[in-house]
Amino acid sequence: MTGRLLAIGLALVFAASYAAAQVGADKRRSGYQDMGEALQKMQDDDTANPGMLFVQLGGQLWNRAVGAADKSCADCHGAAAVSMKGVAARYPAIPGGSDRPVDLEGRINLCRTEQQKADRLPPENRDLLALTVYVAHQSRDLQIAPPYDPRLDAFRQEGAEIYRRRQGQLNLSCAICHDDNAGKKLAGIVIPEAHPTGYPIYRLEWQALGSLKRRLRNCLVGIRAEAWPLDAPEYVALELYLMQRARGLKLETPAVRP
Amino acid sequence: MDRRLFLAGTAAVVFVPLSPATATPDAMAEAIRKIVGTATPTEGRVKLDVPPLVENGSTVPLTVSVDSPMTEADHVKAIHVFNEKNPQPNIFSARLGPRSGKAIVGTRIKLGDSQRIVAIVETSDGKFWSAGADVIVTLAACLEESP
Amino acid sequence: MSNILVNAPKTARRGAVIEIKALIMHPMETGFRPGPNGRIIPRNIIERFTATWNGAEIFAMDMSPAIAANPFVSFFAEAKESGTVVLRWTGDEGFVAEQRVDIAVE
Ligand code: HEC
Ligand code: HEC
Repeated sequence: MTGRLLAIGLALVFAASYAAAQVGADKRRSGYQDMGEALQKMQDDDTANPGMLFVQLGGQLWNRAVGAADKSCADCHGAAAVSMKGVAARYPAIPGGSDRPVDLEGRINLCRTEQQKADRLPPENRDLLALTVYVAHQSRDLQIAPPYDPRLDAFRQEGAEIYRRRQGQLNLSCAICHDDNAGKKLAGIVIPEAHPTGYPIYRLEWQALGSLKRRLRNCLVGIRAEAWPLDAPEYVALELYLMQRARGLKLETPAVRP
Repeated sequence: MDRRLFLAGTAAVVFVPLSPATATPDAMAEAIRKIVGTATPTEGRVKLDVPPLVENGSTVPLTVSVDSPMTEADHVKAIHVFNEKNPQPNIFSARLGPRSGKAIVGTRIKLGDSQRIVAIVETSDGKFWSAGADVIVTLAACLEESP
Repeated sequence: MSNILVNAPKTARRGAVIEIKALIMHPMETGFRPGPNGRIIPRNIIERFTATWNGAEIFAMDMSPAIAANPFVSFFAEAKESGTVVLRWTGDEGFVAEQRVDIAVE
């Protein structure tokens, strides 16, 4: 598998399938638009989209009292359809009393530890993903709307730098694939524009629900770069930049992706 | 619906020699023979819907539909789907009856590689029908690190 | 408790043929895959799915490891009388899950 990826990367023969390489702000495409019809139908049908199983589980966990405080999310936040509407569209954000941004998973874990007095859920834990997808689903069809908060600028800037930095054995940057060559084919696969519109996603490759961090790791591994541990701040910085870049696009959570 | 159908098929296989003429890999041919016994399935009446090119083999939508009135006198009893290259040739066996109304079954399957899929259908008159489809699997470019 | 999503009409005309779609959370571990420690992860699949309408079997499917994780099944049934459709999944490691759907036939 490693050899194959390396070969793909080194050859990097981009079969130009789109004439225009430049992506104008108004022409941005969600990864949804690059999928075949069968997968689009799978995502669109709430009883066929496997991500909806995890939304259902998240709804059950939302109402379950846990931790030393013996409180459920619902005890404090009431109906998620009301209290969590639009929340995912403006994360990552800086929580009260802190000076560093957290992603939605991080925010939920703060409520786990500080409010519920329960254990922190590890990255990619099924219950953490289910709670996250349940909260994010409440923002489906809403536009991505990063908050105005000057304290976020430095972190977002760091994300932009990581995005443009060449890295890994293949010496590629995210921008080379996702800006310069988006819409073209790499080893038979259309390179998407990398908009975080549907997270957590049900990725067929994983046969499971997974976070944006896990998705970004896959790209890092693909270019033979150092993949930071799943709780590294680099992911939050990248997500801040990607969300800014995707401002105005609609959230699709839970998206299906190949 | 009849469980004996499956057992009967299993018993029949012992007496049928493998036909070297078939293009399908042996395991699939053998699994099909377990179902059809000495009968030769006729191509037709069966539609196997599966995308010819899939982005990822781990969740491939597949639908089998059979042209049948689904009456007491004339209906589909079973739909079996096989593949050539997965570790095991059987994908699923579904049992239907006149109560089904329509002989259409859908599911999602895993395909480790590009390969041929075959559906075998048994009708209430004891006849077998078949359809095949080739699927090309293009794997995702950015994968999880290998274990 | 299992997570299950079922799509079936709540009402149907007598004699109508309706579609029933069902999705269940399950890893469908093939038994052919090595885990992180290099050892084969033991097989854990749903082996059988059945649907009954007021107790009579209307559909059944034997599954193999080649059915995708979080299995999806769709099939059809003739609506003859009002009643309860029971969907049932059974498999390795004693797995049993059931979902009941009431359908009014008029
Ligand atoms: C004891 C009360 C309490 C419980 C229980 C609780 N939370 Fe919170 N939650 C809060 C408070 C208070 C805030 C706001 C904190 C702030 O503004 O800094 C908050 C904030 C949030 C936010 C961010 C909202 C925003 O607008 O930015 C999310 C998301 C969230 N909680 C999810 C959850 C989930 C999921 C659970 C259950 C696992 C949960 N909470 C349990 C009290 C609670
Ligand atoms: C060699 C080209 C390449 C590079 C470099 C690359 N990616 Fe990707 N990326 C892809 C491809 C191809 C996909 C589509 C998924 C697939 O099927 O493999 C993808 C998918 C994605 C997605 C998912 C989009 C969606 O619709 O959910 C995101 C987000 C993403 N990449 C971000 C990044 C970031 C951030 C970097 C830099 C750290 C990066 N990628 C580097 C090729 C690349």
